[in-house]
Amino acid sequence: MRSDPNVYDYWPYRDRPKIVWPGGKKLAFWVAPNIEFYEYNPPVNPSRPPWTRPVPDVVNYSARDWGNRVGHWRMMEMLDRPGIRGSISLSTALCDHHPEIIEACAARDWEFFSHGIYNTRYSYNMTEAQERTIIEDAIDTVMKATGKRIRGYLAPALTMTERTLDLMGEYDFWYTCDLFHDDQPQPLKTRTGRLLSVPYALETNDVITYMVQGMDPWRYADMLKRHFDQLLEEGERSGTVMCIPLHAYLVAHPNRIRAFDDALKHIDGHKADIWTTTGAEIAQHYRENYWDQTIADIADRGFATKGTGFGHVAA
Amino acid sequence: MSLPEDYTAYPRRAYGMDQDRYDWRPECGRQKVSWPGGKSVAGLIVVPVEEFMLKPSGKPFMHPSAVNGVYPDLRQYTARDYGNRVGIFRILDTLKANGLTATVPINASLLETRRYLIDQILADGHEIAAYGLDTDHIHVTSLGEETETAWIEQTRAAFEAIGLRPRAWMSPARQQSLVTLDLIAKAGFDVCLDWEQDSVPVTMGTSGGPVSAVPVTMELDDRALMIDRRQTEQSWSDQILAALDYLKERAPVEGGQVLSFTLTPFVSGQPSRTWALRKVLEALGADDALWSAGASAIADAVK
Repeated sequence: MRSDPNVYDYWPYRDRPKIVWPGGKKLAFWVAPNIEFYEYNPPVNPSRPPWTRPVPDVVNYSARDWGNRVGHWRMMEMLDRPGIRGSISLSTALCDHHPEIIEACAARDWEFFSHGIYNTRYSYNMTEAQERTIIEDAIDTVMKATGKRIRGYLAPALTMTERTLDLMGEYDFWYTCDLFHDDQPQPLKTRTGRLLSVPYALETNDVITYMVQGMDPWRYADMLKRHFDQLLEEGERSGTVMCIPLHAYLVAHPNRIRAFDDALKHIDGHKADIWTTTGAEIAQHYRENYWDQTIADIADRGFATKGTGFGHVAA
Repeated sequence: MSLPEDYTAYPRRAYGMDQDRYDWRPECGRQKVSWPGGKSVAGLIVVPVEEFMLKPSGKPFMHPSAVNGVYPDLRQYTARDYGNRVGIFRILDTLKANGLTATVPINASLLETRRYLIDQILADGHEIAAYGLDTDHIHVTSLGEETETAWIEQTRAAFEAIGLRPRAWMSPARQQSLVTLDLIAKAGFDVCLDWEQDSVPVTMGTSGGPVSAVPVTMELDDRALMIDRRQTEQSWSDQILAALDYLKERAPVEGGQVLSFTLTPFVSGQPSRTWALRKVLEALGADDALWSAGASAIADAVK
C-alpha cells in the first residue's frame, strides 16, 4: 500500500516541456465564481455539520443569500467590463432555486461546472450509488437548465471520497478543481477516462484570503497582482495557469469590490500576454495538445509509477 | 458511519428559498427603496451593550466575545467591562459631535444597574433595542419553545420595568432558534437585527405578524475586523468609507442602500482607536447623501 494517494505522479516543474496557450499566450487566466446554495436546515452528515453553529445559523445563512440576491449582480457587472466569462462552480440545485442567476450567466456564455447539489451536502460517507446519483443529478440538472454538458468538477465543499476522481473519469469529465499541487494542468491516474487537474488554487481563493487569513481588501488585491506578475513572468518559459476562485457573498461587499476590481484591471492590462478563458477551454486545449506530451515526459524522466488513485492497481 | 437515508433527497428543492420566512427577490428585480429626503444611503450604526459573564456556561456555544480564560479571569472580564464604563462614552461623544443616531442593543441583565448609561444614550436620541437576557443566554432550538418564550418575556419585562418599550430585537450572538422570529413578534418586537440577506430591510413572515429584518453586515463588524482578523484601524476605517462611497454610487441604479456597521464599546472605544472612530463618523456626519437613523426608522421607511 502506498502512502500517497497516487492520483498523479510526481513531476517536477523544472525541465518540463513548455506549454503555449492559444494565440501564443503565456498564461491562461480564469475566474471561477462559486455560486452556491447553503440550506437552512439540511440533514446532517456525521463527518461534518452543515453549519458551525446550531441551525438555523441565521447570520451565515443570510449572508450567503446576500451573495445571490445582491452580491452576484455586482460581481457579474464587474466581470462584464473586462469581458471575463466566469467558470461557475455551481451548487446545481441553484438551477431550481434561482433560475434568474443561471439565465444571466448563460446569456454571457459563462461555463457551468458542478460543485455538488448543495454546499451543505457533503460526499463524506456516501456509497458509490449515492455518489453516482449526485454526479448524474448535476449533469442532468445543468443540461436541462442550459443545454450544455458540464465538464468540470469541484467536490461539494471540497468533500471527496476515494472513488470521486475515478467516477469523474468514468462520466467523461475533463477536469477537476480539487487538487492544489501545481500551477499547470496534469493528467490524473484514474481507472478510465482522460481527467485533468486544472489549477484552481486556495492561495487566491477569497474564502481563504478574507476569512481564514483575515486579509483586508487591499492586501488581497496586492497579493493577486503579485501572484499574477510572477506566474506571467514564468509563463513565458513554462506556460502557467492562474485561477481566482470567488464567492459573491464575500468579494462583492461594498468594502471589498473596488479593491478587487483594481486587481482585475492590473491583470487586464496585460491582455496581450494572457489567454482569458474558462476552465473547460483550458482542459480542452490541454487534452488536445499536451496530454500525450506530458504522459511521455513523465515516462521519459522516470517518474511514471504504476496503478491508479488509492491503490487501484491495474491488472 | 453512514448517511441519513434522506441525504440525497431534497424536499425543498424548488423555485425560491428553502424556508418560509421570506421570498427570493434578486436585487435586479425588486422595487427601489427611497429614503427620506432623497438620501442614497441609510447609515445604521449598531453599538452593542453586552454583559459578559465572569463564568459563562459556554452552552450551547461560547459567545464570540465571551470571557474564556480560567476562572476567575478578571483580565478578560474587566477588559470587556471597560467598554461599558469608559469606551462607550467616546463613541457617544463622537456620534453626538457629528449629529449621528445609533441603535444600541442592550442585554436585559444590565438594565437595572446601568441606568446612568441608559439615560445618557436616551438623552442623545439613540434607539434602544432589546438584546436578550445576556451573552450567556443564547437562543437555540434545543432550548424548547417554553424556555425561549420565558427568556423573551423576561427580556420584555425588564425593559418595561424601566419604562422602555423597544421595537427592535437583536439576539445574543445573533443566534436564533427555528421559532425566535415567531416568539419575538408575539412579544411585540417588529424589527430584527439578526439577518443580513439584503442591502435593504426585508419583511419576515412570522406567526406573530411581520417583522422587518434590517441588515447588519458582519463584514464590517469592528470586533471581527480588528480583533479576530487583526486588521489595522486604518484599514477598518477605510473599509467603512469605501463601502459608503460604493453604496452612494449604486443607489441611483439599485435604489436606497443600508450601510451598517458595529461600534463595540470595548473595541472601538479604545483610545488608540479614537482617531479612526472620528475619521469614520466625521465623514458620515458631513455626507449629504447619508441618512443617519435608528433601525426602526429605517424599517418604517420601506413600508
